[in-house]
Amino acid sequence: MALTEQDVLAGLAELVNDETGIAADAVQMDKSFTDDLDIDSISMMTIVVNAEDKFGVKIPDEEVKNLVTVADAVNYITANQG
Amino acid sequence: MRRVVITGIGATTPLAGDASGSWKALLEGQSGIRTLTYDWVEKYELPVTFAGTIKVPASEKLTPQEAKRLDPSSQLALVSAREAWADAGSPSVSPERLAVDFATGIGGVWTLLDAYDVLKERGPRRVLPMTVPMLMPNGPAAAIGMDLGARAGVRTAVSACASGNESIANAFQRIRLGEADVVVAGGAEAAIHPLPIAAFAAMQALSKRNDEPAKASRPYDTDRDGFVMGEGAGALVLEDYEFAKARGAKIYCEIVGSAVTSDAYHITAPDPEGSGAARAVLGALEQAGAKPEDVEHVNAHATSTPVGDIAEYTALHRVFGNHTENLVVTATKSATGHLLGGAGAIEAIFTILALKEQMCPGTLNLDNQDSAIELNVPKTPTPLKRHDAVAISNSFGFGGHNAVLAFRNL
Repeated sequence: MALTEQDVLAGLAELVNDETGIAADAVQMDKSFTDDLDIDSISMMTIVVNAEDKFGVKIPDEEVKNLVTVADAVNYITANQG
Repeated sequence: MRRVVITGIGATTPLAGDASGSWKALLEGQSGIRTLTYDWVEKYELPVTFAGTIKVPASEKLTPQEAKRLDPSSQLALVSAREAWADAGSPSVSPERLAVDFATGIGGVWTLLDAYDVLKERGPRRVLPMTVPMLMPNGPAAAIGMDLGARAGVRTAVSACASGNESIANAFQRIRLGEADVVVAGGAEAAIHPLPIAAFAAMQALSKRNDEPAKASRPYDTDRDGFVMGEGAGALVLEDYEFAKARGAKIYCEIVGSAVTSDAYHITAPDPEGSGAARAVLGALEQAGAKPEDVEHVNAHATSTPVGDIAEYTALHRVFGNHTENLVVTATKSATGHLLGGAGAIEAIFTILALKEQMCPGTLNLDNQDSAIELNVPKTPTPLKRHDAVAISNSFGFGGHNAVLAFRNL
């Protein structure tokens, strides 16, 4: 069964918290990974790779730069999940 | 030249999670050498099944996110540096006058080999983006520099088992020359991993006393059969004497000399004549403006290998001649094992505390002293008698590296 946006958001927030220590409830749809959450490119790549595993989705490197906000990532994962 | 003093110490060792605990355990005659309980010991049928593992895991003193981004060697380095920095009273120093000189002998070996396993089993996509900064040998120095905001240079000496001493020597010279006012220096190693154990064992460098691990590290004893790997880190805060005085810092002692020489003799074997090591001792004493007779206490390199211990004795005898018998010598690796790139740092700390408390730590497992090594090596803590005497700490490394530090009470 496909995950809902809420499921993906919760799962993504867990990955962000695990990598950076940022509180999971601070990971909200309108937040920017770099500007609001202060996540650097190395952490972002780690989160992306972990998200691929967790959600069974491929996120090509050229797609990562388009994932500016949490909503961008949640939408991409929800739409592409396997 | 400016004078340089030690104002802070920190350590995490096989004996304890901090410097004072390590020193206390050392004086109590405890051993930090134990049987390894990791599943890989049996899996690979390692010929050596024990080591000096750290007493307190670094994870207890770091946040999960800090630990995740640091190789174990950098984790230990950061823990020891924070302790040293706090011990020095967190000096208020301009970032442009604060430097780091922090060593490792091997670097991020866990990170490198774990990443290779991931590559083989799961492909390149799963290799963590932090792999390179975690495995680089300057990782520990960089982690400390970032943490303290040091901007006068962050450097890493890599000279195998002499690395820790060489870093402290480099720090000392930077302050002497006026390039920095405060330097955090030392060394770390976290290489108790099956590959380094197999590799050191392959060259017949390790003790194989698997049935009695606490008795395996026995420098100067007739039954010594190799060194025992240890892990941990030591950090010192070195400071311009005038700067330390002006801020009312607690001062342990002065570092009065250092010297680095090389054998150009053999990649791993010590020069049996000990001439390179002797030149390092003499160089450090010359810088200190001291004569051989001014030395009372020696923290020897003394790793418990059959040839290494003799070569060091030969070097000491070359320098000290008849005064050799007056030296009060300790081989603290008998308790900690050999911390490789971290060895010089924790031994410098033990030397500093020996000077401060005028107490030479005992050497463990010296049941029958090798008759070819005519040194006074007390088995139990023994008071030092000359408060103004110089103490030296020796470190030598594969590659023919010799690095010697000299300290004296103010």
